[in-house]
Amino acid sequence: MQVIEVHDLSKHYGGKVAVDHLSFTVEPGTVTGFLGPNGAGKSTTMRLIVGLDRPTSGSATIGGKPYVELIQPLRVVGALLEAGAVHPGRSAYDHLLYLSQTQGFPRARVDEAIELVGLHDVAGERAGGFSLGMGQRLGIAAALLGDPQVLILDEPVNGLDPDGIFWFRNLMKYLAGQGRTVLVSSHLMSEMALTADNLVVIGRGRLIAQCSTVEFIATNSEMTVLVRTPVPDELTALLITAGGRVVREADGGLTVHLMDAEHIGDVAGRNGVTLHELSPQTASLEEAFMERTHDSMEFGGHADDARLDDGSHLVPANAS
Amino acid sequence: MTATTVALVPPVDLGALSHTPGFPDLLRSEWTKLRSVRSVRSTRWAFGFLVALGVGFTTLLTWVTSAQWDTLPALQQQAVLADPAGQILGSGFQFSQLAICVLGALVMTSEYSSGTIAPSLLAVPRRTPMLLAKAAVFAVVAFVVAEAAAFPAFFIGAAMFRSHIDVSLGDPDVLRAVIGSGLYISVLGAFAIAVGALIRHTAAAITGIIGFVLVLSPLALLLPGSVGAHIHAYLPTEAGQRIAMTTQSTEQLLSPWQGFAVFCAWTLALMVVAAFQLRRRDA
Repeated sequence: MQVIEVHDLSKHYGGKVAVDHLSFTVEPGTVTGFLGPNGAGKSTTMRLIVGLDRPTSGSATIGGKPYVELIQPLRVVGALLEAGAVHPGRSAYDHLLYLSQTQGFPRARVDEAIELVGLHDVAGERAGGFSLGMGQRLGIAAALLGDPQVLILDEPVNGLDPDGIFWFRNLMKYLAGQGRTVLVSSHLMSEMALTADNLVVIGRGRLIAQCSTVEFIATNSEMTVLVRTPVPDELTALLITAGGRVVREADGGLTVHLMDAEHIGDVAGRNGVTLHELSPQTASLEEAFMERTHDSMEFGGHADDARLDDGSHLVPANAS
Repeated sequence: MTATTVALVPPVDLGALSHTPGFPDLLRSEWTKLRSVRSVRSTRWAFGFLVALGVGFTTLLTWVTSAQWDTLPALQQQAVLADPAGQILGSGFQFSQLAICVLGALVMTSEYSSGTIAPSLLAVPRRTPMLLAKAAVFAVVAFVVAEAAAFPAFFIGAAMFRSHIDVSLGDPDVLRAVIGSGLYISVLGAFAIAVGALIRHTAAAITGIIGFVLVLSPLALLLPGSVGAHIHAYLPTEAGQRIAMTTQSTEQLLSPWQGFAVFCAWTLALMVVAAFQLRRRDA
């Protein structure tokens, strides 16, 4: 049982903070989705976990050990970090062969890994001629080479065709089902909703949430209600008085926040307002994610900078 | 080609069939890396050129020298007579050392430019053994290639000189110089790997090492007096090239083996700094 533990991890590049006192754990037997908008620090965190980048402070361990202390690291951890991390002049076979030799694996394992990802037809060809999807398959083969207990995959379905995505989704679930620890990053929320049991959500290098996918959607998706009425102004005034927040849509409909459909119906009924539509809207994981990361950007570590920016814009406006 | 069903149960039992990796495994891995790159700047082609150019230029220069022997200035005749083996080897040598510098730097920097440094270091997270294995493999290959050029070059050159000078492998110090030229090229290969590991960017690393080899030595020669002479003699390539010369004139501050030891010390020092930086920096 290999748990990934990230403890108070920080990484600064010059003055830029990429990862900011991040702590989370990834449990075996589940697929854990690692979510965040571009530039949130997902890739950096993964590079820190596997010892490619050195942390400014904090630590990351796999099964209680830092990655650099692993004697046969590919037996323990399989990582897919960036697409195209293969010499373009080297064949897929030779790429896997040299990795295999560093670990003391038998040569037969290279053939198996190639078979596993369906690259046998092109194994002898230069990786430089590979499509994005083939390159990604080679990266996955390298990650699975040592039959590892832990998988750390950065945007693995990038560039895969729908067939490949379906195949990979099953593969991740199968691997987790065998009791392996799977951490997979993505900016595709819909993809995570389908594959991830748990989520680690970060924004600006900070932890926003760690919970199950179901819980994340439930707690973070604000329920809204779409209302249509011939007297929108009257209803808007009534709903605001009742504690709702109302947004007028372009097509004349009203999106009501902070009130459920029953409550809105009651208010309308008591005041004799006709309703043409009253429909609760369920937010997707995508929206839940946008909601949370948007908050982190507004009120996160760089809020002071944002205010300074706003201020400098306001000064000339006021002066004129 | 898509396997929609997942069949991962590994038929190869890695727990039973793999062994705890050691340095020989890393040497094997680095050899795979070195031999497997097929591109325009292919290693095999480059080594082929190195031998061809080395032998070719030796042939050309010794032939020209021999053909014009009677019209050569006395001073030049004396230089050739004093160290015929050095003259023969030296002509092809200048090309070999440049080629090895470029290739050595490239072998290391291409890991960075292609991004393959990430999987390489994931496999060897301690990093230093990977650098040492790479340097060792490249040094051995460079030695073999350099000797493959040196021996034919020497025999062709000696044949060209036959009408004016008699030089053979049996003469004092000649065999040592011929083998020594390979030793120098070999250590220079490791030197170039270390420079590549420190600088990481192909163009900058190649510029740096060529500047070091081609520009620094002549520049140090301009330094006046004994201090200048000492600095010049102890520069890595100046000291290292002594091993490929037969004569020990009074002007030489270092004996061939002393010079080679100085060059090895330089290379070792550079390798220590490169290993330290490799471990410290982000990949």
